[in-house]
Amino acid sequence: MANGSSPATRPVSGPGSGSLERSEGVRRTVGDFTVPDPVMVCREVDVHYGDKHAIRKVSLDIANNEVIAMIGPSGCGKSTFLRCLNRLNDTIPTARVTGSISLEGRDIYDKRQDVVQLRARVGMVFQKPNPFPKSVYENVAYGPRIHGLAADRTELDEIVQTSLKRAGLWEEVKDRLDQPGTALSGGQQQRLCIARTIAVNPGVILMDEPCSALDPIATARIEDLIDELRQNYAICIVTHSMQQAARVSQRTAYFHLGDLIEVGPTDLIFTNPRHKLTEDYITGRFG
Amino acid sequence: MSEPILSPDTGETAAERTRRLVERGLRRRYRAERRFQAYGIAAISIGLLFIGLLFTSILSSGWTIFTQTYVQLDIEYSPEELGLPENPTVEDLGLADYQALVRVAIRERFPDVEGRANLRELYGLVSSGAQFELRDRAMAKPSLIGKRETLWVPADDRVDQLVKGKIDREEPEDRRGVSDQAVAWIDALTADGRLERRFNRTFFTTGDSREPEQAGVWGAVVGSFLTLVVTLLLSFPIGVAAAVYLEEFAPKNRITDFIEVNINNLAAVPSIVFGLLGLAVFIQLFGLPRSAPLVGGLVLTLMTLPTIIIASRAALKGVPPSIREAALGMGASEVQTVAHHVLPRAMPGMLTGAIIGMARALGESAPLLMIGMVAFIVDIPGGFRDPSTVLPVQVYLWADSPERAFLERTSGAILVLLGFLLLMNATAVVLRQRFERRW
Ligand SMILES: Nc1ncnc2c1ncn2[C@@H]1O[C@H](COP(=O)(O)OP(=O)(O)O)[C@@H](O)[C@H]1O
Ligand SMILES: [Mg+2]
Repeated sequence: MANGSSPATRPVSGPGSGSLERSEGVRRTVGDFTVPDPVMVCREVDVHYGDKHAIRKVSLDIANNEVIAMIGPSGCGKSTFLRCLNRLNDTIPTARVTGSISLEGRDIYDKRQDVVQLRARVGMVFQKPNPFPKSVYENVAYGPRIHGLAADRTELDEIVQTSLKRAGLWEEVKDRLDQPGTALSGGQQQRLCIARTIAVNPGVILMDEPCSALDPIATARIEDLIDELRQNYAICIVTHSMQQAARVSQRTAYFHLGDLIEVGPTDLIFTNPRHKLTEDYITGRFG
Repeated sequence: MSEPILSPDTGETAAERTRRLVERGLRRRYRAERRFQAYGIAAISIGLLFIGLLFTSILSSGWTIFTQTYVQLDIEYSPEELGLPENPTVEDLGLADYQALVRVAIRERFPDVEGRANLRELYGLVSSGAQFELRDRAMAKPSLIGKRETLWVPADDRVDQLVKGKIDREEPEDRRGVSDQAVAWIDALTADGRLERRFNRTFFTTGDSREPEQAGVWGAVVGSFLTLVVTLLLSFPIGVAAAVYLEEFAPKNRITDFIEVNINNLAAVPSIVFGLLGLAVFIQLFGLPRSAPLVGGLVLTLMTLPTIIIASRAALKGVPPSIREAALGMGASEVQTVAHHVLPRAMPGMLTGAIIGMARALGESAPLLMIGMVAFIVDIPGGFRDPSTVLPVQVYLWADSPERAFLERTSGAILVLLGFLLLMNATAVVLRQRFERRW
């Protein structure tokens, strides 16, 4: 495919976007990747797995009270980018992250930044529901416990209850809080994972294909939930389903082979993509 | 819709051809499966047969160990026979001649026996341990002096073997080891109800002895127990800690590769080498006592560690990465992730490794020979530094003894060893299930 000088790439306009220098061979991001009041700011983020260059010079802002969807073909680096935001890539020995990512103005890759603190602020929900092999209660109570958020048992009970309520799971599990979380259905498990994540009141929630293992009904419930959670959190969701991106997100970022090709308001991306690759992808020409 | 004709001469369609070929192959596949199952069943049957043979042979020669022949005697604690002074002290009581009381009591029953040789034979019916039993009773209760009491005392091992039928009465006298006269006495005592088989407390409560009827397995049981306590307390925590560090925290580089290769090699080192090492390091260098469960436990720890480390690492590897990601994603530190989620999940596998390691340690004798745990030890060890022996070494010692009665004791000790093993494994299985139930 064409590189940065592809004829489909139109000149980019917008505040703050034009000032970044780009090296050769890297596609410029089409659209405005900045927002007025960002929670997280990523600039020129590169990730290498050993010799493999997984994502290249990705710059993107994450806004408060907004869902941003990351779409793109498999292996284009969506998960890799997402895992940079809570430094989960640190656990992969070969992974090397460069560039700058800041949360509320503080560089999260700074030496003084504690990952524990960061991950308490940036929660994550995974593709495959992965509740701890413990009781429903313990699953939700775990985060508040390790971070010392509850002074006593009553407060912890309260946190567990409100988290489960906000995750829309309370009615279904209130009578079996002491049963294993792994015994719930797939959709319930995923909502349990969401409850577990919001129990520590993070600022940002990362979701890596949270519905890809779920049936349509469970998916619809999670989508409703995401929409509700937007009132309080910044949410980044990776999804393979363009319908889902269209339904839940306000902004969409399209990744392609490690490049962030285009960012923009979801309705514009889906109705009027500016980059040829984005258009090809959303019209189903490849992906 | 017409199907494509594959071969024009037969008019067979592709679907028909597939069906025909699959059907032809199917019969062969079923046959292969049946054959494979038959091999498996045969292998298991052979295994069970040999286990059955093993248990039958051990049980048949060992089950009689539960009883022991006793003789009932009317003992008179006469101060004259004992050679006691006027007002005997406890020390006097300790030094008195109790064998004389036994002799008097037997002669009372067989007054017509004459001649030194015959008398010696008669006295020989009762275990030489009887006098010590009388001494202990008299010393515990000095008021017995001058009184009479009726007691069951152990018979000699040859009497016991004859009563149990292990010595054949039909054999010629010189081959039998028990004279015709003695057989007559034994029958007379049995007819009186003064000779019978009772539960063999001695075997289960005492230490080793030169006399088979006084030899017990308890000393070795306690020795094995103390040794294994040391082994478990050292090898399990150290092994698990090493496995957790290597698997979860250590950087992957040449040094850790080297360590890994060496741990795997250590698991294959013959156990006697660990005994040599223990002798050189623990006894000669550190000056720890010989024959002590402490040193035995240290040596067996060295031997068991590689097994536990390898099993624990495998268990840790088996913990799904999603659990780790979940915990890390929640903001748990690496240590918290391991302690709260990974270790509990890996614990059953680690316990399995510990069971295998401890079972091997329990049955091990070669390295313990090197550090002197093969000595003849009568006393029951009271601590980790007391000289002691262990069950497999006791089996080996008894198997080496010429007396027929020791053969029975050898099987008995093996039974006790197997019982010990079963108890240990049952505990571990229960523990493992507790961990598994916690999801
Ligand atoms: N742990 C890893 N080690 C090496 N390469 C990896 C690793 N994880 C992902 N990659 C590679 O990085 C690229 C991006 O992967 P990923 O972010 O998982 O893609 P996506 O989530 O968009 O499907 C892929 O080419 C993948 O093969
Ligand atoms: Mg992915």
